[in-house]
Amino acid sequence: MSDPSVTPPVTSPSAEDGPRRSQLSDDLMRRVLGGNVMISVLAVVLALVIGGFLIAFADEEVREAATYFFSRPADLLSAAWQAVSEAYVALFRGAIFDWQAATFVGQVRPLTESVVFAVPLVLAGLGIAVGFRAGLFNIGAQGQIILGAIFASYIGFAWDLPVGLHLLLAVLGGAVGGAVWGAIPGGLKARFGANEVIVTIMLNYIAVYLISYILKQPVFNPGRSGQRSPNVADSATYPLLIPDWLVPGNNFRLHWGVVVALLATVFVWWLLERSTIGFELRAAGANPHAARTAGMSVGRTIFITMVIAGGLAGLAGTAQVLGTEGALTAGVAASYGFDAITVALLGRSRPLGTLVAGLLFGALKAGGFLMQSLTQTPIDIVLVVQSVIVLLIAAPPLVRAVFRVPDPTKPRRRSGATRTKEVAA
Amino acid sequence: MRRVLKLAAVTAAATLTLAACGDAPEDDTADAGNGADSGSATSDDTGAAPGDGAATGDGADFQACMVSDSGGFDDQSFNQSGREGMEAAEEALGIQTTLVESQSDADYATNVNTLVSQGCNITIGVGFLLEDAIQAGAEDNPDTNFALIDSAFSDTDFNAVELDNAKPILFNTAEASFLAGYLAAGMSETGTVATFGGLQIPSVAIFMDGFADGVDLYNEDNDADVQLLGWDKEAQNGSFSGDFENQSQGQTLTEQFIAQGADIIMPVAGPVGLGAAAAAEGEEGTKIIWVDSDGYNSTEYGDLMLTSVLKQIGPAVEDTITESYEDGFTNEPYVGTLENDGVGLAEFHDFDGDVPQELKDRLTELEQQIVDGELTVESPNSP
Repeated sequence: MSDPSVTPPVTSPSAEDGPRRSQLSDDLMRRVLGGNVMISVLAVVLALVIGGFLIAFADEEVREAATYFFSRPADLLSAAWQAVSEAYVALFRGAIFDWQAATFVGQVRPLTESVVFAVPLVLAGLGIAVGFRAGLFNIGAQGQIILGAIFASYIGFAWDLPVGLHLLLAVLGGAVGGAVWGAIPGGLKARFGANEVIVTIMLNYIAVYLISYILKQPVFNPGRSGQRSPNVADSATYPLLIPDWLVPGNNFRLHWGVVVALLATVFVWWLLERSTIGFELRAAGANPHAARTAGMSVGRTIFITMVIAGGLAGLAGTAQVLGTEGALTAGVAASYGFDAITVALLGRSRPLGTLVAGLLFGALKAGGFLMQSLTQTPIDIVLVVQSVIVLLIAAPPLVRAVFRVPDPTKPRRRSGATRTKEVAA
Repeated sequence: MRRVLKLAAVTAAATLTLAACGDAPEDDTADAGNGADSGSATSDDTGAAPGDGAATGDGADFQACMVSDSGGFDDQSFNQSGREGMEAAEEALGIQTTLVESQSDADYATNVNTLVSQGCNITIGVGFLLEDAIQAGAEDNPDTNFALIDSAFSDTDFNAVELDNAKPILFNTAEASFLAGYLAAGMSETGTVATFGGLQIPSVAIFMDGFADGVDLYNEDNDADVQLLGWDKEAQNGSFSGDFENQSQGQTLTEQFIAQGADIIMPVAGPVGLGAAAAAEGEEGTKIIWVDSDGYNSTEYGDLMLTSVLKQIGPAVEDTITESYEDGFTNEPYVGTLENDGVGLAEFHDFDGDVPQELKDRLTELEQQIVDGELTVESPNSP
């Protein structure tokens, strides 16, 4: 797609794919001002506004005030304002900075919690983003996370290895577990043309039932419950990122999974923008026929892409079992695999974008807890906000229409078409 | 099409306008607004939820909090019973209450921590799945009280432990479901009854153990051969829907049981039981035995409910909060039994006339024997 003979690089909005430095700043400006980054930000803003309306509707006092709107309209407006501002202030306090906490540690703890929730989202989101760039709609991150979690936790509690090596092997095991689950749809698509959407969805179901079966096996179930594996050994858990001697008395759950997520972001950037595989991957995503004509093996590329995507999702599983949770439970993957699709979409399938989107979703998740307990706002509102974001991102013209932002690709219709194809794929 | 849309828009606008035409209450709302403001100010912004106008006197300083499992508080089953207990305590003591729903297993620890840092005096976890979260919270916060419904505490090697500030609220439901099993066996016309659970966890399996024993005793007493589907007490193995959410799974399981001839089914799966009731509705003569709450009142399938195995979570929660409020909190486990009315069999409601007097007398007799200790219902899952 960055073939200069097809699209002149100066006018191509996808020129950031090319390594040419001279175009970088120019290109960045255009993307920020009129392009996808702006759409993503606006989508989030619009979603928060719609969420605000829903919060107001869900509030009992607001509904009560609405019944006599015409005799005293101020009541409705002040009740609505109070409900919405309280909910969003609580969301902020729970996600970024809690100025009402007694200690400094308590004040910044929300931010660390946001990062904790962001880690699996970023990792799985990167996996999905890699798939998107290759034109693969990988819905299977949920199953890949579960498989990664199963592998990592088994190595974590059943093997007895020296400190360091144990963690390394457990993390690798998690990546392998996810990669295996990603390789299946990859192989089926490459070899037999099976639709990866259907295969990955079905593999999600298999993974969900597999985990409850495995948790009932004696090795995983020394307790009576069939709900929770033994705890992962200390030598296989991610160490805390901010140890007690650095900030005394902290109860942060932040662990080295954060570093893994950052490294993975850099790796994906290198993979997509600098490596040969990445070039083939993007070529296969942009136009498989052209890639094939150019002598690339599209099947091989698809397989490798899915292995990498699965491996990244598997790493998300390790963040859960070797970090946050410390053991394998039936619900260890929560809904991270599905939320990650949103994260990758919001991040426009770019590594940095995915990182930022993951942090945003981690913050929404972490803030949702306080919002619910403090203001009794239904937690589902957070889900609605996330869903509206997806909806808006899927329809950029809608966002442009709402905010009256001109379409930057309009005068350059040809290159615009290639771009849409890539994102939509 | 356009005209239809226009008409719909006008109707909607009219409805909204008319709905908004009510009279404003006199000054009331202004007070409520101030009340909520001052309420949160006096409690040092430790998280007084606005709108808890009932708060008076000392009660306003006491905050009781509850975390649901992923079933949510409207599950028409045990989360809901827990919430009703909270509401009863709120009414009786004038305390503040905060309810928080969890969406997945990953939420439990964060929800418990959030509530504690918000200044809850007692935090109650509903359900076995919250054991680790409540235990960790209790260990980190020795000055606040905790309670956990349906599970005791254990260490990482699964040995039982006691915590000074955490109270397990347990129910020996096998005693009541034993009676339900006896009743079901006596009432079955096809000679086949069935049960299934949500997840294979002790608080669910204990229902099924009691039910199985009840059926066995009926067979022994009457030289009958009533079959039980869905649970093998010896092997501790049976049918489970896999969660407490997916009603269609409950419906499928129940349809299979009906196909195998079962005419009385006891789902032990919270809201999943509604799927079972939906399946039973489609087959004449099939009855349901509800669990936790009285299904005749709590569900819309009252006409299918032969009886319910009651688990009085609400009163137990209310008592625990009252104890904590009156500084009488102990970590001694509460165990609901037939004797202390913590568990029991509900009325037969619509089926009252169908149950033979002989069977009723025998059930009363058995209940008395259990209360007196002459008959013990044994279950590996007993608390």
